[in-house]
Amino acid sequence: MSLLDYFKSKKKPNTAVTAKERLQIIVAHQRGERDAPDYFPQMKQEIIEVIKKYVHIDSDQVSVQLDQNDDKLSVLELNVTLPEEK
Amino acid sequence: MTQIIVVTSGKGGVGKTTSSAAIATGLALKGHKTVVVDFDIGLRNLDLIMGCERRVVYDFVNVINGEANLNQALIKDKRCPNLFVLPASQTRDKDALTKEGVGRVLDDLAKDFEFIICDSPAGIETGAMMALYFADIAIVTTNPEVSSVRDSDRILGMLQSKSKRAEQSLEPVKEFLLLTRYSPSRVTTGEMLSVEDVEEILAIPLIGVIPESQAVLKASNSGVPVIMDQESDAGKAYSDSVDRLLGEELPLRFVTEEKKGFLKRIFGS
Repeated sequence: MSLLDYFKSKKKPNTAVTAKERLQIIVAHQRGERDAPDYFPQMKQEIIEVIKKYVHIDSDQVSVQLDQNDDKLSVLELNVTLPEEK
Repeated sequence: MTQIIVVTSGKGGVGKTTSSAAIATGLALKGHKTVVVDFDIGLRNLDLIMGCERRVVYDFVNVINGEANLNQALIKDKRCPNLFVLPASQTRDKDALTKEGVGRVLDDLAKDFEFIICDSPAGIETGAMMALYFADIAIVTTNPEVSSVRDSDRILGMLQSKSKRAEQSLEPVKEFLLLTRYSPSRVTTGEMLSVEDVEEILAIPLIGVIPESQAVLKASNSGVPVIMDQESDAGKAYSDSVDRLLGEELPLRFVTEEKKGFLKRIFGS
């Protein structure tokens, strides 16, 4: 490692921090689906298809999430980003 | 009471077989009668890591199918009197492992052994699911790297929903994190997730940290579990992990960068 490299390396972004942030998001998402019933992925797909029939959107503009608030209450959350009307 | 321990990970190449061999050997060296079972049907490799590849006659699937009895298939380790290996078969039949068959063999093993170590294959197919189904304890082998951590989290989900303990609403499988191929110097420079990072994300207790080590390749080259190399950092780290598994509380070693002395800097280590 040359002297120049030594100074350069100080400026490198900390990729471990990026890795941790990305993992926290994906793992939280993964855990949300972990407790979902078996029919959930298919139901999610069908909901998206129904919305697509009426509004022109991409699949990634819809988020369907199941949140377990406590033992007795689960909330099905549906978020659709509608396209701007022209 | 026999303990069934699965060494699992989801992702391949993170060190499941290396860890299974090391932990089984470590338990046996501590005087516990231990068997290590290869669940990677079709891609047998534990025998190589244990150095008994030329002594395989019958295998796990032969025993399940009643073509051989357990005593014929079990290979007694030459170095350690309390240690036995049950090799995987090289069949390509994906349905060779059945819940009923595996359960029967594990029940038989439980009559003789204190610890049954199940070396899981990678992935979430039949072999991996069978390896974790009967487990009392899971050692989730993880590298400090995004794909491995994500897959480990997936496997934790499986342990909590697809294991026998989950299905029968028994006390849940005890999950432990084994962080392997850890490189403290890269953590210092911010290139690698730290022990604390991975612990925080997976949120399970840590059983050990195995440093990235040249000893691991040397050990597999010669078919000697790396834990037998007590000169090496990896060998010592596995010993610590085994002691923690047996309930001892030990501080972590090899997790901080070793400061190189002046001479070492010049002549290398």
